[in-house]
Amino acid sequence: MSEDKLPVKNESDIISVRSFGRNLAANAGFGIVDQCRITTAISELARNAVVHGGGGSVTIKTIQNDKKGIEIIFRDEGPGIVNLELALKGGYSTVGGLGIGLSGAKRLMDEFQITSSAGKGTTVIIRKWLK
Amino acid sequence: MEIPILKIEDFLIVSFQTELSDDEIDKLREDILDKIKETNARGLIIDITALKIVDSFMARSLSSIATTATLLGAKTVVVGMQPAVALTLVELGLRIKWNIQTALNLERGINLLREALKSEKDVVYE
Repeated sequence: MSEDKLPVKNESDIISVRSFGRNLAANAGFGIVDQCRITTAISELARNAVVHGGGGSVTIKTIQNDKKGIEIIFRDEGPGIVNLELALKGGYSTVGGLGIGLSGAKRLMDEFQITSSAGKGTTVIIRKWLK
Repeated sequence: MEIPILKIEDFLIVSFQTELSDDEIDKLREDILDKIKETNARGLIIDITALKIVDSFMARSLSSIATTATLLGAKTVVVGMQPAVALTLVELGLRIKWNIQTALNLERGINLLREALKSEKDVVYE
């Protein structure tokens, strides 16, 4: 199982992590549409980490138990999300964005977990399984 | 990175050949608007055939470029969106008003603009 922790500090990191994610997804056997879903989810969460979280890191790896998939974990030590429920609902943004980053990433993936505490940062885990 | 803005007939063609950073997109928007003013272009085609993903930021930027270009009098058509990208955008839950005219490919985009500009002229001369 390959695993890499990559920095998500600035805009160019957003491009490199999503390109890394796409390659891993392609190698894992995901089709074009799923590669696009996974890459887009990575891009949304990476931008969140840069814009809201003050930068963080991401771990992208293939996983296997009874099925094979890809797991992506974003971590930042930013201010955290005060109103998680509102942020997940979609259409809500504190910085004038579209507010669909979290809710969109959730819809594009099979599994989505988020933990966030004020002042301590945010961790988002997303997974997609090969069908 | 400098992205070429080409002029053909009365309109401009911008082709995204690589993934752009947020800053590069913002810069490109300014370049496009300057070029519209400089050339008196009446139409703008944005070719995104090479883009493997369009995330919410890119979608919002495309929408913003189209809106501002239209305010300057240049009708805008986005061409070449990949099917996987279209599907993903819908699933992403894009709720912004997608005020962008789209066409399957460059050829159709050019035809669309020609027709639109032609009917505009007809109205003027009637």
